[in-house]
Amino acid sequence: MTEWIGQSVKRVGGAERVTGAQKYVGDIRLDGMLWVKLVTLDCGHARITSIDATEAEKLPGVRCVMTARDLPQPVPRFGPNLQDRPVIAVGETKFFGEPVAAVAAETEDAAREAAALVRVAHEKLPGVYTVDEALDPGAPLVQDPVLRPKDALKDTNVLEDLRFGWGDVDALSADLVIQNVYTFPMVTHFAIEPHAFIAMPEDGGVKVWSPIQHPFILQKTIADVLRLPLAKVRIIAPDPGGAFGGKGYPKFEPLLAFMALRTGRPVRLALTLEETFQAGRRMATRVHVRSGFGTDGSLVFHDVTADCLIGAYADIGLRVVEKASYTACGPYRVPNVRIHSRALLSHTTPTTAFRGFGVPQMSWAIESQIDEAAWKLGVDRVAIRLRNLPEKGEEFIRGDIPCDGNWREALEKAASAIGWGAPLAKGHGRGIALGLKISATYAASYCILRLHYDGSASLLTGTSDMGQGARTVFAQIVAQEMGLSIEQVAVVMGDTAVVPYDTSTSASRSTVIMGSAVLKACQEVKDQMRSLAAELSGAPESEINVAGGRVRWPRGEAGFAELLRDYYGTTRGEIIGVGSFVKRKTAGHPLAGKTVFYELSCSAAEVSVDEETGMIWIPSYVTVGDVGKALNPQHVEMQDSGAAIMGLGHTLMEHIILDGAGRIVNLGALDYRIPTIKDIPASQVSLTVENEDGPGPYGAKGTGEGGLLATAAAVGSAVREAIGAPIRDLPLTPERVWRAIQERDRSG
Amino acid sequence: MDSSSVAISLTVNGIAHSLEVLSSHTLLKVLRDQLGLTGTKECCSLGECGACTVLVDGRAVNSCLMLAAEADGCSIITVEGLAKDSRLSTLQEAFLAEGAVQCGFCIPGMVMSAHYLLSHNPSPSVEEIKEGLAGNLCRCAGYGRIIDAVRAASRQGADDD
Repeated sequence: MTEWIGQSVKRVGGAERVTGAQKYVGDIRLDGMLWVKLVTLDCGHARITSIDATEAEKLPGVRCVMTARDLPQPVPRFGPNLQDRPVIAVGETKFFGEPVAAVAAETEDAAREAAALVRVAHEKLPGVYTVDEALDPGAPLVQDPVLRPKDALKDTNVLEDLRFGWGDVDALSADLVIQNVYTFPMVTHFAIEPHAFIAMPEDGGVKVWSPIQHPFILQKTIADVLRLPLAKVRIIAPDPGGAFGGKGYPKFEPLLAFMALRTGRPVRLALTLEETFQAGRRMATRVHVRSGFGTDGSLVFHDVTADCLIGAYADIGLRVVEKASYTACGPYRVPNVRIHSRALLSHTTPTTAFRGFGVPQMSWAIESQIDEAAWKLGVDRVAIRLRNLPEKGEEFIRGDIPCDGNWREALEKAASAIGWGAPLAKGHGRGIALGLKISATYAASYCILRLHYDGSASLLTGTSDMGQGARTVFAQIVAQEMGLSIEQVAVVMGDTAVVPYDTSTSASRSTVIMGSAVLKACQEVKDQMRSLAAELSGAPESEINVAGGRVRWPRGEAGFAELLRDYYGTTRGEIIGVGSFVKRKTAGHPLAGKTVFYELSCSAAEVSVDEETGMIWIPSYVTVGDVGKALNPQHVEMQDSGAAIMGLGHTLMEHIILDGAGRIVNLGALDYRIPTIKDIPASQVSLTVENEDGPGPYGAKGTGEGGLLATAAAVGSAVREAIGAPIRDLPLTPERVWRAIQERDRSG
Repeated sequence: MDSSSVAISLTVNGIAHSLEVLSSHTLLKVLRDQLGLTGTKECCSLGECGACTVLVDGRAVNSCLMLAAEADGCSIITVEGLAKDSRLSTLQEAFLAEGAVQCGFCIPGMVMSAHYLLSHNPSPSVEEIKEGLAGNLCRCAGYGRIIDAVRAASRQGADDD
């Protein structure tokens, strides 16, 4: 029997992707489809005084101009946690790019032209664009206090004020106390596929196409805003062309759904790249940390104050703040911890999920603090981490699951691979850092496995494959368990009318959580095959063995197809197995439950800095992920190395820049700048720790985010070693590095 | 907006087409919306990301920057035109085998740029591959494996087209 687990099976759906046959949402054309364009204002915050669509509506081909006036009143609001975002701007726009109207027309050209003709009389208002502005008691309120009437903070821009911790930070003295402030700017996902959406009326309800990562969250949102039963909302979610968290939560689908119902036609909106910048972004942070260490480098305390600038609406931003803050002290044994985080509203693009979910921001601060202590104490930067890492089984975040891996192994492997301790060329430096992320804390994931009459199998699952390879890994699990080839397995995703519920495709969860459900579904099918064989052969079930796609009883055996043929004859039929992984929310836990597993990754970098220009080159880069078991080593490597390069983006070059009116001034590929093929490290290695100690199938843990959790700290530490001066603000642009060198020389 | 239409003739993947196109429409728009060839992708629409790369008379072009009217008389190859008789090209096979494909959205443009590179430089160095693909963004950042794929295709020899 072929072993599929641990094999680098080629991507399922790969051929469609290299031939152009893969249909992303933007590639879909429906009969009678209207094209939609959004009307936005040229500022971050404005009061809308009137909207005149007369000229736009006169344009040939225009079928609908939608404004807040045309929607049910009060205009429905949505959001995964807090329902604060209106379907379309009501009364004012709260961020640059928030639509105030939308036009549907027979052609794209007509829609574009009509959108330009919609006249929006408005008064520009002062906005809140920075942490300091958000905390200023005199600042304008981003959110109407009516939306959270019982909240003591409703008259401030603090949407949530959080505290975690244990021990007593104030009562302590430590041999070394250091405090610093670290900033991490807004950055954007920049999936190469801009978001595209289609909605149409269907069967007394609505059908919506979206490259959404979490189709069932979108289904619930649409059902809520339209007051429809879930059964009347069908979400078609073709594989996203890259998502990274940016396609997790509903954006313009509710608006499209209303436009479809109003026009009675399919309506299509494809965002421009510029509009995707305005659709979601990573949370910006200013993290103040005071840390205490013993002379040997042992951690005594961390006292963290994190100000997290989320956008105009909550989206999933509160959860980002919560989860990232909860693990702000990293994968270490810290006896005393105080974490105080604030989620701050601002007149900026809403913060949403973004690979790493807030951890890169926190690890930039905490890992840099550890390095600072190492330098001050004369302790090696690997040694100080080894000293403070918990052993497997040791509790380190009070009240959560203990350390679930051999994390020293990851650190030591990375140190070895980067050549830690070897002599460095002039102008070079090395850095190493750890990143820790918790995964899902609750889940309800179901799948259906249909074993067909010919022995092939179809798996129906609500997980999305956005490039991480869920489709391939699930096919491998089914093929392994059912004794099939990969070609005999179909993995069906992306249609809420067909696939059963899955909470989300997020938090590197799918291999572990949905993978476990797939394993159970396989087992259920095998159990039914055993019953069939017992009935046919007369042998007791206890004497029937089902493995590798064959059923064996004391006096015979058969393959699955043969057994099904013998049992059903020309009646035909099939065997259906259902698998699930359900972990309900836990009352009283600050994150609604303990994590299913930890995602632990180590990043190590060697850099070379040109002191004349401040340019950073990366001759060598290493990531090591504790993945438990790589079910598909090639896919794991792709995820890990890709995450690392994405991390190099926010470390070296990426930041959204606003002008005084809250407008993003660097919209687009050239002005924003993400890593190109010329920016990759000269040598890049992705390694794994595989002790088969994860909760997923075959001992797997999740991966996919790990590679960027600690990139900034590893590179920052290397740059510090190279230039002998600290930089605590990202990105490490040539200008910033050059200025740090000048400052060093002035004060040196 | 100029909505006057222009009659053009062009060959796409070996098939001759005579079309009425709007003078304001790009080659990308016409390929995707008039000819239904949606394999060529749209991202930045400004010639910065490379997702819409096609070959025009043998040269790699950002089809978002070329008006359809300018393609009159040209021979276009899109990603749909690389596989012959449902058999993937050497380069396409190499992209699959080397694990160069993740979400896949940049891949049509990436494959076309790599195809062009190999067509005029059958044995590129790593630096030449990087230069040749510098205009194609991949956010999954499978760049290392994309380089491996181009090198593998180069070793196996170019396709016969």
